[in-house]
Amino acid sequence: MISVRNINKTFGKQQVLYDVGADFQSGRVNLIIGQSGQGKSVLAKCMVGLHEVDSGQILFDGRDFTSMEKSDRAEIRQEIGMLFQGSALFDSMTVEENVKFPLSMFTKMTKKEMQDRVDFCLERVNLQGRNALYPSECSGGMQKRVGIARAIAMNPKYLFCDEPNSGLDPKTAIVIDSLIKDITYEYGITTIVITHDMNSVMEIGDHVIFIHQGKKWWEGDRHSIITTDNPEIEAFVFASEFMKKIRSSLKERIK
Amino acid sequence: MDELQFIGINSIPIVALMSTFMGAVISLQTASNMDSPLLPAYTVGYITQSSIILEFSPTIISLILAGKVGSNIASEIGTMRITEQIDALEIMGVNSINHLMLPKILASILYFPVLIVFSMFLGMFGGFLALVISDLQTTETYILGLRSWFDPYNIFYALTKTVAFGFIIVSISSFYGYYVKGGSLDVGKASTKAVVVSSVVILIANFIITKLMLL
Repeated sequence: MISVRNINKTFGKQQVLYDVGADFQSGRVNLIIGQSGQGKSVLAKCMVGLHEVDSGQILFDGRDFTSMEKSDRAEIRQEIGMLFQGSALFDSMTVEENVKFPLSMFTKMTKKEMQDRVDFCLERVNLQGRNALYPSECSGGMQKRVGIARAIAMNPKYLFCDEPNSGLDPKTAIVIDSLIKDITYEYGITTIVITHDMNSVMEIGDHVIFIHQGKKWWEGDRHSIITTDNPEIEAFVFASEFMKKIRSSLKERIK
Repeated sequence: MDELQFIGINSIPIVALMSTFMGAVISLQTASNMDSPLLPAYTVGYITQSSIILEFSPTIISLILAGKVGSNIASEIGTMRITEQIDALEIMGVNSINHLMLPKILASILYFPVLIVFSMFLGMFGGFLALVISDLQTTETYILGLRSWFDPYNIFYALTKTVAFGFIIVSISSFYGYYVKGGSLDVGKASTKAVVVSSVVILIANFIITKLMLL
């Protein structure tokens, strides 16, 4: 479980996060949603240590990440897998080398063990036999899947996904969502997904927090998000006329 | 090994081309200015040798490498920064500065002197070709000039400069690449800045090292 307690973060004179707090349970897909520029990516980057928080605590299974020395943080970071918005695959490495990279850096596995692990991870994301491709030879969806394979290579306890569906067609986006959900349930990982894709919210949102103006504005799940009367949520989730119609029909069905 | 290939071996063609023509031009210019009968003919070989060993190979070739290798390093690391590859390394728990810069610095310190020695030989060979083809000197006279007043300390001085310049090029270029902010346009700006700053620092370092080691 990851717990965030009263996180504040400023860049220069601009405060981006105000007293944000939440618990993210393991074995569940936790979603952080919100409009662009509201602070959800900053929150995620604070949680993985890419930004230092001004005040507050981030606890990984009770271990206070914010007050740790850099060397101790490295230990926790090896338990974190992250899927980046642009995949962030290493251009100069093949798909196989990308997945193998964390294994060769941090484990004492033999070459055979590493190869088996790489093959397993690639098979898990349906990319078996694509070992020799370079990232530039992969489609956007394939790059995301390689990113997931690399993120799970070290058997992470925590998985962060930064807008995993951005730039993908709806069908591929569903494949990525399903993968994230399956991996989370299968391995009991604490998964945190930053997204503003409402399909993802409805497909995989076990626990959803809505960030607005740098504050935690709302918390719930994918069912309660439909019925809430919070005006900011309504404005965000049901922005289009089409979505408004869907909402009213869903509300009637629930009644 | 990848860094050696990238920094060293890929630079061989440009170093070879520049050095050969540079040596040829130095020898021709020296020969054209040596019209006093009081100066022995082999002076051309001596001046070519001294110019190439002391200044042209270590400094001019390093300035060229600042352009080629420096811009490559800055744009490579800069692209890694803006595409979040460096963030990916950090999240994995990898010390990204060590991981990205140390192999490049080691490769430059190890391989730049090799390139410069190679450049010295080719420079002197270029001078020989120019003089012999132009029928300005015999092979014996030119080689006598090359061997006259040869001081091995000059090689030590040149290679010391080279190691310093290699470190300057790689560290400055890596710095500008690593701390780039923004998009692809900013990577281009960082790359240009890295080359300009490296070149200026090389010139200043050249002056300081020369003052310390030769005077």
